Amino acid sequence: MSAHSSPQPFRVEPGALAGPRVLPVHRDLSGLFPWGGLRRGGTISVQGSSGLLFALLSEASSQGSWTAVVGMPNLGVLAASEAGMAVQRVALIPQPGAEIAAVVAALLDGFDLVAVAANRIGEQLARKLSARARNRGAVLIAVGPWPGAELELTVARGRWSGLGTGHGHLTDHRVEVRARGRGAAARPRRAAFTLRGETPLTPPVFEHMFDTNTAATRRNP
Amino acid sequence: MTRLLVLWCPQWPVVAAGMAAGLTVDAPAVVVAANRVVSANAQARREGVRPGLRRREAQGRCPDIAVLPADPDRDARLFEPVAAAVEELAVGVEVVAPGVVAVPARGPSGYFGSEESAAERVIDQVAIRTGAESQVGVADGLFAATLAAHRGLVIPAGESAQFLAPLDIRELTDRPDLVDLLRRLGIQTLGAFAALSHNDVTSRFGADAGYAHRLASGLEQRPPSRRRPPVDLSVTHTPDPPIDRVDAAAFIARTLGDQLHTLLAAHGLACTRLAIHASTANGEDLIRLWRCADPLTPSGISDRVRWQLDGWLRGSDRPSAGITLLRLEPEETVDGHALQLGLWQGGNDEQASRASRAMVHVQGLLGQEGVFTPTINGGRGPNDQVSLTPWGDEQTPSSDPDLPWPGRLPAPSPATIPAQRVPATVIDRDGGEVGVTGRFTLTAPPDEVAVAGNTRRVIAWAGPWPADERWWEEDGGRRRARLQVLLAERSEVDNQDALLLVRENEKWTVEGVYD
Repeated sequence: MSAHSSPQPFRVEPGALAGPRVLPVHRDLSGLFPWGGLRRGGTISVQGSSGLLFALLSEASSQGSWTAVVGMPNLGVLAASEAGMAVQRVALIPQPGAEIAAVVAALLDGFDLVAVAANRIGEQLARKLSARARNRGAVLIAVGPWPGAELELTVARGRWSGLGTGHGHLTDHRVEVRARGRGAAARPRRAAFTLRGETPLTPPVFEHMFDTNTAATRRNP
Repeated sequence: MTRLLVLWCPQWPVVAAGMAAGLTVDAPAVVVAANRVVSANAQARREGVRPGLRRREAQGRCPDIAVLPADPDRDARLFEPVAAAVEELAVGVEVVAPGVVAVPARGPSGYFGSEESAAERVIDQVAIRTGAESQVGVADGLFAATLAAHRGLVIPAGESAQFLAPLDIRELTDRPDLVDLLRRLGIQTLGAFAALSHNDVTSRFGADAGYAHRLASGLEQRPPSRRRPPVDLSVTHTPDPPIDRVDAAAFIARTLGDQLHTLLAAHGLACTRLAIHASTANGEDLIRLWRCADPLTPSGISDRVRWQLDGWLRGSDRPSAGITLLRLEPEETVDGHALQLGLWQGGNDEQASRASRAMVHVQGLLGQEGVFTPTINGGRGPNDQVSLTPWGDEQTPSSDPDLPWPGRLPAPSPATIPAQRVPATVIDRDGGEVGVTGRFTLTAPPDEVAVAGNTRRVIAWAGPWPADERWWEEDGGRRRARLQVLLAERSEVDNQDALLLVRENEKWTVEGVYD
């Protein structure tokens, strides 16, 4: 019966798969993802900003997910902590050496989030590791270009403010994040964010403080 | 309670001092310390000289008295022949103090027929061998036996308490403060003191008074200790030939792991902290402590031994000879059934144990030093504020992050910290290099920054943040200045680069990149 039905377009409402299938991201960033967050089993590529990597990881990390970072000896752990990551649930493997594939495969078994420096992994290996992540339900985050990434996030127009000539200090980092990917994420998006040190992102512009009707309706049912 | 024979030489300090000075035994003599008489011989006593008198008063009472200095070393040295003379008759001699020697009474009294005849023989022996006068007392326990010796008595077994009861409380000579207090409370005899409840004495006057109370009651000073001697749980292996290859190490690790686990299991224990010692043929000692959240399994033990040997044998500071001795010592053990929970915030949840297994797996691939967990420390630079600990080791922040750290840069911190410092050149408007003065000010505003041959204009900057650390140490001091610079973008879509530069030893390097 379904042999002749046209293939359904792959559509998932944001939040429909929320729960264990999607790891949360900051709500301002969730608009970049067709699934509203980091989908388990997916591979995402982040390029051009470590700050963006921390912003992506921080929400899930602070809610109890374990994060492994492989092959990035230059990682600013203090900045990660300021961005809201729970560093006590972070494992660093700065020098995986020739065993990088085995190391990442082992970490995908136990960690929710595995960030890998992509520059040392060939295409064939990259596809194998993505398949492993899909199989294990972990999120693989490649730092750098990654063949077969579902979503590629790049940063452009990074602008800093807070620094004067001889006074002040760096405070706000305004970036434009461009997302493009495959499948549900095929439509390119871009959005401007303020990545900051202390609070990771801009607060949402609109926030409903109270509903004018509720007080009256509750009092007189 | 041990029955003791105590031999006491009365006024031993003055006897010894007289011997050393070559005085005749009938000359009056005293030993004086801090201008007070501490010991006087019989002739001096006959003239009315008592311990406690001032020196001048003693000389006043007995003008031809010999005043000799106190010297505990001399007393002990000259008492040695006395102890040796007693030892000829009895084994297990213990010199309690110069002038007092104790031996278990059971041997000599059995050999000489009775305690009285043993006492006589000992006194004769000492007199013959050394010419010293002495008295002997036999009783249960050292305190009662010493007091018996002062009186030349043999107290029958089990009657020490009755013997002590009528004696003056001042016989507790080691505790003048307590004695003074008790006398003011109306307690004049040891028996009155012993009649108090032990618990009351201990709670009111402290543990030391409790010991004194035990003495007054005719008991040993300390209750017998019922501690079980600790069992030696360590496992030692002496490999022959010495281990110098990793595969041999792995083989031995397996055996040792099983051996230690079996030993611990036999005592109903499991190990949570393991020390691995290794010695090499050239006498180098290597020690490493492993702490684990969960009790170690045989494979856990052997994995750690293997990683350890692996690290030592392959590492940069590898020992100069093969390992000849390997010892595993469980430093901390828990009951075999007890699991230590709650190491991580939020409990030992399933995610943590999954992650922990994965990390141990990776450590198996890369060695112990392959997986790190970070801790946030106090400090000024972005590097100082993070310490990395190998997974499984104890995490201790080296300094408190909540203390004030003047010169610490405000958040946000650089998201990338180059592991190898990249040299940078900071140029002012006239093309000269920008420096930092001794008072932490820039010599000129920076205009251009060149990193790795790539020169870009500075559009904003701030600093320098001074970090003058550990200047009080000979060679541990570091003087650094940090500078934030913002470099112009090259095109509309390009990112601005923000760098954290640090100047040390007249050189700029890139310490962090804000990206």
